[in-house]
Amino acid sequence: MSVHALPLPLSGTLDRRRFAWPAALLVVAYFVVPLVATSYLLEAILLPFLALSLAALGLNLLTGYCGQLSLGSAAFMAAGAFAAYNFNLRIDGLPLPVTLVLAGLTAAAVGTVFGLPSLRLKGFYLAVSTLAAQFFVQWALTKFGWFSNDNPSGVIDAPKLLVAGLAFDTATGRYLLALTVVAIVTALTVRLVNSPTGRNFIAVRDNETAARVIGVPVLRTKLLAFAISSFIIGVAGVLWAFTYLRTVEPAGFNLDRSFQILFIIIIGGLATIRGAFIGAAFFVVFPLILSRAGSFAFGGLFDSGVLDMSQRIVIGALIILLLILEPRGISALFDRVAARLGRLRGRP
Amino acid sequence: MTFFRSITAAAIAAAVSFGATVVRADEQHFPLQSYRVGPYAAGGTGFFGGFIDYLNLINIRDGGVNGVKLTWSEGETQYEVEKGVEVYERLKSNPGIAAWNPLSVGIAYAMIDRVTQDKVPLLTINHGRTDTTDGRVFPYVFPLLLNPYSETSGIVNYIASKEGGVESLKGKKIVVLYHGSPYGKETIPIYELLAEKYGFTVSQIEVPHPGNEQQAQWLQIRRERPDYVVLRGWGVMNPVALKTAQKTGFPAAKIIGNVWSNSEEDVIPAGDAAIGYTAITTQASGNTYPVVQEIQKVVYDAGKGNLEDKNRIGSVYHNLGIVNGILNVEAVRIAQEKFGQRTLTGDEVRWGFEHLKLDPARVEALGAKDLFHSINVTWDNHEGEGYVTFQQWDGKKWNVVSDWIAPDWALLRPIIEKSSEAYAAEKGIKVRTAEDADAIVN
Amino acid sequence: MEWYDFLFFIEVLVGGLLSGVMYSLVAIGFVLIYKTSGVLNFAQGAMLLFAALTFVSLVERGIPFALALAITLLIMVALGFAIERTVLRPLVNRSPMTLFMATLGLSYIIEGAAQLLWGTQVHGLDLGIDDTPFEVYGVFISKFDLVAAGLAAAMVGGLSAFFHWTRIGLAFRAVADDQFAALAVGLRLNRIWGTVWTAAGFVALVAGLLWGARLGVQFSLSLVVLKALPVLVLGGFDSILGAIVGGLIVGAGEKLAEVYLGPFVGGGIEGWFAYALALAFLLVRPGGLFGKKLVERV
Repeated sequence: MSVHALPLPLSGTLDRRRFAWPAALLVVAYFVVPLVATSYLLEAILLPFLALSLAALGLNLLTGYCGQLSLGSAAFMAAGAFAAYNFNLRIDGLPLPVTLVLAGLTAAAVGTVFGLPSLRLKGFYLAVSTLAAQFFVQWALTKFGWFSNDNPSGVIDAPKLLVAGLAFDTATGRYLLALTVVAIVTALTVRLVNSPTGRNFIAVRDNETAARVIGVPVLRTKLLAFAISSFIIGVAGVLWAFTYLRTVEPAGFNLDRSFQILFIIIIGGLATIRGAFIGAAFFVVFPLILSRAGSFAFGGLFDSGVLDMSQRIVIGALIILLLILEPRGISALFDRVAARLGRLRGRP
Repeated sequence: MTFFRSITAAAIAAAVSFGATVVRADEQHFPLQSYRVGPYAAGGTGFFGGFIDYLNLINIRDGGVNGVKLTWSEGETQYEVEKGVEVYERLKSNPGIAAWNPLSVGIAYAMIDRVTQDKVPLLTINHGRTDTTDGRVFPYVFPLLLNPYSETSGIVNYIASKEGGVESLKGKKIVVLYHGSPYGKETIPIYELLAEKYGFTVSQIEVPHPGNEQQAQWLQIRRERPDYVVLRGWGVMNPVALKTAQKTGFPAAKIIGNVWSNSEEDVIPAGDAAIGYTAITTQASGNTYPVVQEIQKVVYDAGKGNLEDKNRIGSVYHNLGIVNGILNVEAVRIAQEKFGQRTLTGDEVRWGFEHLKLDPARVEALGAKDLFHSINVTWDNHEGEGYVTFQQWDGKKWNVVSDWIAPDWALLRPIIEKSSEAYAAEKGIKVRTAEDADAIVN
Repeated sequence: MEWYDFLFFIEVLVGGLLSGVMYSLVAIGFVLIYKTSGVLNFAQGAMLLFAALTFVSLVERGIPFALALAITLLIMVALGFAIERTVLRPLVNRSPMTLFMATLGLSYIIEGAAQLLWGTQVHGLDLGIDDTPFEVYGVFISKFDLVAAGLAAAMVGGLSAFFHWTRIGLAFRAVADDQFAALAVGLRLNRIWGTVWTAAGFVALVAGLLWGARLGVQFSLSLVVLKALPVLVLGGFDSILGAIVGGLIVGAGEKLAEVYLGPFVGGGIEGWFAYALALAFLLVRPGGLFGKKLVERV
């Protein structure tokens, strides 16, 4: 009885205006950003933003569209990251795109296994049981040295990023690589949610019994949602490890990360594509703005500890406030503002 | 109350230091990825407090290093890797950066590629990735004083000295209780190696993170009836281990803590259960050492101390910060002798660290006799042969109960080289030579 | 089985059961709130930390034990009603997921405030309960754990008495059974919610003190919720009895697994074993031990 009253994705007629904005953003992202962005903007903001957006997109398929609450996202990211590392290490000359797909498939397999309880459980029972994935995957990655090529410190390092002979190891290169992956996966996801499978997801979310009556294979749909969602989250994990941090340990994919991704989609907007991006932008950028503004305004007055604790309070309060004011997330807030602007403009 | 006291303290500090943040020509800068909030804040405030206190001492007492003033800026990380990276990217363009000191393994891992590219030293005192000891492969990373392997060897050597020599280790039984993380697992093969070498038996038991439940592990320990338990803990796992040991009737005097189980924060929550517990350290605690006394006099009495609670002056983390300060400042001083008394580049400071040799006489001259023993970093040995000592908790404070003990570096070096060479092969890194190390690139 | 091995088995079992009581203690706080408002209150851990930190800070400032306890309880009452007023009331009739996220936001606020007020130092907490083991037929039993179990039992007794024999308790049960019907007959939901959050705050205080004495009062105290979640899955989110029995099963199960299964896979399995246990159980009985048959929440 939760996520309904969410908008169905617009389907049918191709509204050209719907694609105008994403296209314009892509042009800016590809041609303007690399020219003007500082290394700070790329390394500290855009790279984590891209990886988190993709992970949120994946979770949004599962939670937003298909209605299955999961707290295991970080585990699937870890599965993807460690799988990519091992495929790349152990199969000589494997092209990076293939590595990405294989990593995604590994994460999808892990996700499907941990999605099995969804066949019997719902809601918070399911959410808590996905925590099993969270703890088990982290345990296994730490326990068995094979996963990290017996590195004594248990960490994995990103390999050289080569696609078709081109090196993508600079900050700009890694950004372009991540951007391309995110753009392709997003495009595929948009297609998916407008396909019959996407509509099955929504049917299962809105009313399982009704979905079964109209012939939706409910169990298969749920597992498929887990698989596809984990695939995307796994690829996001590769971006996180290879393009953003470059050296990661299993502890980096902890429960806090899972919560963060869930936050992103709820604050950004459930069951919308842009919700994932808006939410990720909010969670990457807003704390930074708050911390900069805080230290600019009060830096001389308080030590950084006091400032950071106040920030935590402000962020918590803001989350609650957003939930109260706009349960459908910032994305819906944008729509409201746009609608109002449109009305204003429409006036004589 | 913390909150109000910090307002007044900060207001005074702001009034005093207003305008002092602009970096002028002859300044050496230390960007700090500190953590004063979150689960590990207690360690962070102590360490970064000690570090800043020492930099302050050098500025106030000596007017900087040969006239070059030391500056720093802080970015809060909450011990989180992304925040650490963000702070790195934000502060890395500050002029005159000497070195980075994150005191967090996770953040340090994420910085290895970055500092290597930016050619600035990254210091992980007492912790970090073991194979970065090999300066041939990791030119910019320095696990100063003690890497995890040396720590293991130091602990075993201490147990041997308590038992009356390495021969007496034969037939003894040691249990290692380790934190369920890469950090905790890192020394498993080393304990096994040493057990084989000295003829004791070792059994290693994992405590899952965060370690707030250890009933099962301690019952296992009691069944095994070991002669010693080595506690390789982290955070809340440490007090819980001591409490559960008491609960299952295992004497604290037979428990030996590693370098992340050795602070006041680890034993105070355990109360009386911690009395008699011993732990390894590279820097003794206490405020009787001349350098700590001077910090108290010059810095704290002038109201510029960084610790909010003056009782923490001379605590384990605070002294670690002070020793870290000494090592950083001396590396800058050594590099200045070669390159001139001016602001140095990151690579020049790297050269300084690679010639950081402080013998006991020099350590005494720095006012740190008995605080730490000595260090001898070279271009290929980035750890620098740190000595360890052991302290016992008496319910109020730590008391040193051993001499300075040397780990068995020669035994460990081949294992480290194997790992670093594998890394070099994996990443396609060219192994450095002594000539490479002498060349300055920026 | 050798006699000695048998004794060891009993010791592990008893130790596990007593640890389980500690998990139940945390789980009960969740159950109280879930029963009435359908929220999985993730801020329970933060409340536990806040209560323990407030108490220990007051004691360290020289306030006598009993007075500190009273003041802390008052603060928890105020906190309970404040949460009702500022978070729950504006979010009434929203989806459980929204409410869950709100409690996550709430945990940020409470954790931040706790540390802002009282600092980030770690504290030892001595409740004056001796924690040396005593021996019963060769089995070591912790005195502290027994006292904790006794306290937990007393608390559960007190809570059930409260809910059975007071008007507000009756109203509570009515709301738990059917929120809309309760509203329809004119029960004042706001007051009931305030009371329930206060009760949860009281549970947090008791759990916080007992866990605080075991771990020390520090930030990681809020992580004990992770031990309570599998208990909830096993026992049902809405059953106090389930939370207790679930706690005992999880406690005993994970200790026995760690000791007897752990060595085969390298140990350290406690972290996820409890979840696996709860899951396996749920696949057989989806309603949990004593939970309502209906799991169709969210």
